[in-house]
Amino acid sequence: MTLTDPLDLLDFDSLLSDEERQIRETVARFVTEHVRPHVADWFEEGTFPRELAPELGKLGVLGMHLEGYGCAGTSAVAYGLACLELEAGDSGLRSFVSVQGSLAMFSIWRYGSEEQKLQWLPRMAAGEAIGCFGLTEPDFGSDPANMRTRAVRDGDDWILNGSKMWITNGSIADVATVWARTEEGIRGFLVPRDTPGFTTRTIKKKLSLRASITGELSLDDVRLPASAQLPEARGLGAPLSCLSEARFGIVFGSAGAALDCVRTAVDYANSRVQFGRPIAAFQLTQQKLADMAVDLNTSALLALHLGRLKDAGTIKPHQISVGKLNNVRTALAIARECRTILGGSGITLEYSPLRHANNLESVLTYEGTSEIHTLVIGQTLTGHAAFK
Amino acid sequence: MNIVVLVKQVPDSGAERTLSADFSVDRASSSNVINEMDEYAIEEALKIKEAHGGEVTVLTVGPAGATDSIRKALSMGPDKAVHVQDDALHGSCAVATSKVLAAALRTLSPDLILSGAESTDGRVQVVPHMLAELLGVAALTGARKLTVDGSQLTVERQTDEGYEVVTAATPAIVSVWDTINEPRYPSFKGIMAAKKKPVQALTLGDLGISGDEVGFAGATSQVLEFNKRPARTGGAKVVDEGNGGEQLVSYLASEKFV
Repeated sequence: MTLTDPLDLLDFDSLLSDEERQIRETVARFVTEHVRPHVADWFEEGTFPRELAPELGKLGVLGMHLEGYGCAGTSAVAYGLACLELEAGDSGLRSFVSVQGSLAMFSIWRYGSEEQKLQWLPRMAAGEAIGCFGLTEPDFGSDPANMRTRAVRDGDDWILNGSKMWITNGSIADVATVWARTEEGIRGFLVPRDTPGFTTRTIKKKLSLRASITGELSLDDVRLPASAQLPEARGLGAPLSCLSEARFGIVFGSAGAALDCVRTAVDYANSRVQFGRPIAAFQLTQQKLADMAVDLNTSALLALHLGRLKDAGTIKPHQISVGKLNNVRTALAIARECRTILGGSGITLEYSPLRHANNLESVLTYEGTSEIHTLVIGQTLTGHAAFK
Repeated sequence: MNIVVLVKQVPDSGAERTLSADFSVDRASSSNVINEMDEYAIEEALKIKEAHGGEVTVLTVGPAGATDSIRKALSMGPDKAVHVQDDALHGSCAVATSKVLAAALRTLSPDLILSGAESTDGRVQVVPHMLAELLGVAALTGARKLTVDGSQLTVERQTDEGYEVVTAATPAIVSVWDTINEPRYPSFKGIMAAKKKPVQALTLGDLGISGDEVGFAGATSQVLEFNKRPARTGGAKVVDEGNGGEQLVSYLASEKFV
């Protein structure tokens, strides 16, 4: 008997509530019906179909772990499981959902005024408005504290200048959460798409996350009213707390990408016959599959543990670093290993592992590089901050 | 409009299905799901409620484990559910199941009863007709389209050749095929709301039905034996020794293909 879900190896689902299982199943079905048949084309064409956003909204996936304002208000574990199944489809899809829910919507939900929340959150939850999150700059990635984008007061207004780079959803967003340096420290601003002086450019020629839109934001004397500032966000801690939210989704999501790779590799190994038997019957193939299944299940259990800590309200940022570091590098190794089982077939978009591997190259370095997460863990263990 | 949707829990038709020693469906060793066609009935009920108002109730006859399917049905949007559960029901035939459903439906007095046109386990397609007879309401079965205009129902009834347009006034029962709509996904809000929706439990006693009218005791038909479909055997090989064409034609002629 073969397992249809490699996570059944340790009865992963037995650790979930009925509600969590049903959310996992529902997202998996959505991905099978609406994403898998098309994702290779999206990847090849370098597009993300915007019309998927309202569908994701109807499902309730956008900002699903937030309370009120049209959001479903699920547990963190349920949100993680949704990310797992979305990224089993494609990391680009999960990135869209992470940025919309955990970065753009969360920044407004956590730091915005009531007026800002009412203006944006219900439409963003429904997928009618798309958000993005501008923190990273061309010269400041791991070191956002030294960002160059500035906001200066002009009467009651603010004038913003600067640029933001590698912004997921950047050039399709209706509203951008932009972080800028002010005299009082780092502050956040909501910049609607049509604001004069605000322009975006789509980054082309990507080899990774091709089914996701990545952009550059340019702010050239952008004038914003005082009401555009996120009133509760003071200092770099605000954008970093948003990133912690998004990283949490990656911990589950990367396990989903690995899950899809292992499932694909097992199916292929069972049907590919060489020397008169399926290659799944060879010991070297079984060693690969067994090692990967062990690593995959370990990743999933780690993600679930962090989810339970988050739902208990006790999770700490360095614990999310442990999850992101382990699960993304594990998923990347699994994706590459699965590709070897697929042989030549594995280099086309007909099969998912190399697409996942290419995507995971981005996931490895975005939202905190694996190096920075390593040093966060190092700092927690030793008390020395090696990245400063 | 007061709508009741009949929902049956069945073994997943995509997985291995087996029979128990008593020839009933082995529900313990299979993964159980909502009968697929019933999801279309739920969708249709929800669309009618959204357009015309009213209430949607899910009605299930089944063992304790059917609760899982009831919650899933409720997560799509119905308001409440009724679950008829009684150990004596094990082994019930279509006639007995119809009696139980009819008794439960009388307590709900629906304007419209919706169901899937068949279940993927029994596949007899008779329960909607039997219910119409027992309740004295019109039966509009095998619908691929349903239009509601006040108390008037119009159905496009799918047939092998095309479709028939049939009408009836409420109360009525309409069974639907999977051509009628595209069932919605349960939304996360729906999934979370489902566990708070009322599920009324009824026993045979509550419905005034005695145990010997249902189950194996009251069954109008009995399964005596069953056999698996024989495995496919290898076909005849035609070796072409100059007369391959003739051999092929005579084979096709012997099978009445030409």
